[in-house]
Amino acid sequence: MLEIIHLVKKFGPLVAVDDVSFAVPAGEVLGFLGPNGAGKSTTMKMITGFLTPTTGSAVVCGHDIRRRPLAAKRRIGYLPEGAPAYPDMNAAEFLGFIAHIRGFRGREARRRIAAIAELIHIADVLHQPIETLSKGYRRRVGVAQALLHDPAIIILDEPTDGLDPNQKYEMRNIIRALRPGKAIIISTHLLDEVEAVCSRAIIIAHGRILADGTPGELAARSRYHNAVRLGLPEGADPGIAGELASLPGIRSAEQAQDGDGQGVWLFPRGPQPIVAEVAELVRARGWPITGLRAERGRLDDVFRAITAPDAPQP
Amino acid sequence: MRRTLTIFRRELASYFATPLAYVFIVIFLVLGGTLAFFTGDFFARRQDDLQSLFDYQPWLYLVLIPALSMRLWAEERRNGTIELFLTLPIRLGEAVIGKFLAAWCFAGIALSLTFPFWLTINFLGHPDNGVAVASYLGSWLMAGAMLAIGGAVSATTRSQVIAFVVTAALLFVLCAAGTSTVLAPLRGWAPPGLVGAVAAASLIGHFEAITRGVIELPDLVYFGSLIVAFLGINAILVELKKAD
Repeated sequence: MLEIIHLVKKFGPLVAVDDVSFAVPAGEVLGFLGPNGAGKSTTMKMITGFLTPTTGSAVVCGHDIRRRPLAAKRRIGYLPEGAPAYPDMNAAEFLGFIAHIRGFRGREARRRIAAIAELIHIADVLHQPIETLSKGYRRRVGVAQALLHDPAIIILDEPTDGLDPNQKYEMRNIIRALRPGKAIIISTHLLDEVEAVCSRAIIIAHGRILADGTPGELAARSRYHNAVRLGLPEGADPGIAGELASLPGIRSAEQAQDGDGQGVWLFPRGPQPIVAEVAELVRARGWPITGLRAERGRLDDVFRAITAPDAPQP
Repeated sequence: MRRTLTIFRRELASYFATPLAYVFIVIFLVLGGTLAFFTGDFFARRQDDLQSLFDYQPWLYLVLIPALSMRLWAEERRNGTIELFLTLPIRLGEAVIGKFLAAWCFAGIALSLTFPFWLTINFLGHPDNGVAVASYLGSWLMAGAMLAIGGAVSATTRSQVIAFVVTAALLFVLCAAGTSTVLAPLRGWAPPGLVGAVAAASLIGHFEAITRGVIELPDLVYFGSLIVAFLGINAILVELKKAD
């Protein structure tokens, strides 16, 4: 439904986006991850037709954004970075303006505004000037504007930025509910958000795609994938770690330094989970442990390893 | 067309959403009236025409028109709404024209509120209302040309203050070109062709021609082509500078 073909954007000598290609089919929520300045927003600005690519293009439901910009823009709902809106209008006027531009009049426009206000929970602030709204409400008005015309392609640049935890939870539910039949891209730097709503994640840095997979696949790249953390009481026998490390499935054991109290990290040798093996030995020896947990993997480790490979890894 | 109208309505409403509209109209009327009465001797000259009102209008516009045009694009850039606006399914031309028409319509509203002057001369004498209508039309055309220039300047910056100052400076040059202060020293040495060209480029020359009651094609073409040219420049500048 959305196809990005060899997008390149140069600002003078700076290459902001360097040959980015990917496709988003219907039903997918793609999380666009990257450090600040990685080229996420620039890529989104090119897909939505705000910036003209240096080379390459984006095809939106069969319409090339460069050759048929109007047809493509009709099918996109876009929340730009920072959720801009006209501060002197109230939310209802603002959504009315967007509805008119998108070709909805009279009763149809009012019906759509009421429905979206209900969905996004902004009905009680519809008649307040946008400049007086809190950051969270302003962001939601921006999302409402992007969804008003029920677009096939939804592109949201940091949709949960500035929302409190409850509002974040709600917004993620809304995004999940939108998913059937639509191609959705959200950019974020919140890794838990990717795990919560995305069916696929792309990590981008210095304008290049560095990783592309489901959140589970990306997390499996972490050295903590299938690792086991064993919590031990104060003054536990220091030989425990050494004995665990000699188990056949375990590659190494390290003292945990994570503020969760004393403990040992056990890293597996192969792809098989080791938690059963560890639990068996603990029971056989009768060690007094305070906790035992297996990790799926840590997206933030993978993110750091990919985007800042020279930085010290945990 | 429909989208141009939607943009036009939003822009016009946004003038009235802030005190700008009311401040502008009050100052326009007070200053315009003051100039007409005290400097233009509206009553003392005992003429039943609007000459004293229109004589000073280019200089009044010089200060006030940039205040209308400065926000057209600079405000969108400052608010970040330009990204939202230009990713809506609209053509750039529709955006430029819709914004311009809103500013021009607002200038027309302010101008039409000088109607008490027109009522006064009709009450006190037997004016040539054809000249009055021509003068209003000329004044409105001049405002349009100035707004088109100001809109193009506004597209180059995110600062409304810069847009105001640069527009006022450009308009000053365009107005002053037609005054004897500029033309007289020029006549001493420059070839007549150049003097003529400088005079022809001036807003004031064309405006005065119309306020004399003679609507001639060259004057209409002058204002019309200024508007069209600067709307075109406006569109190009938005396209080039929108991402800055």
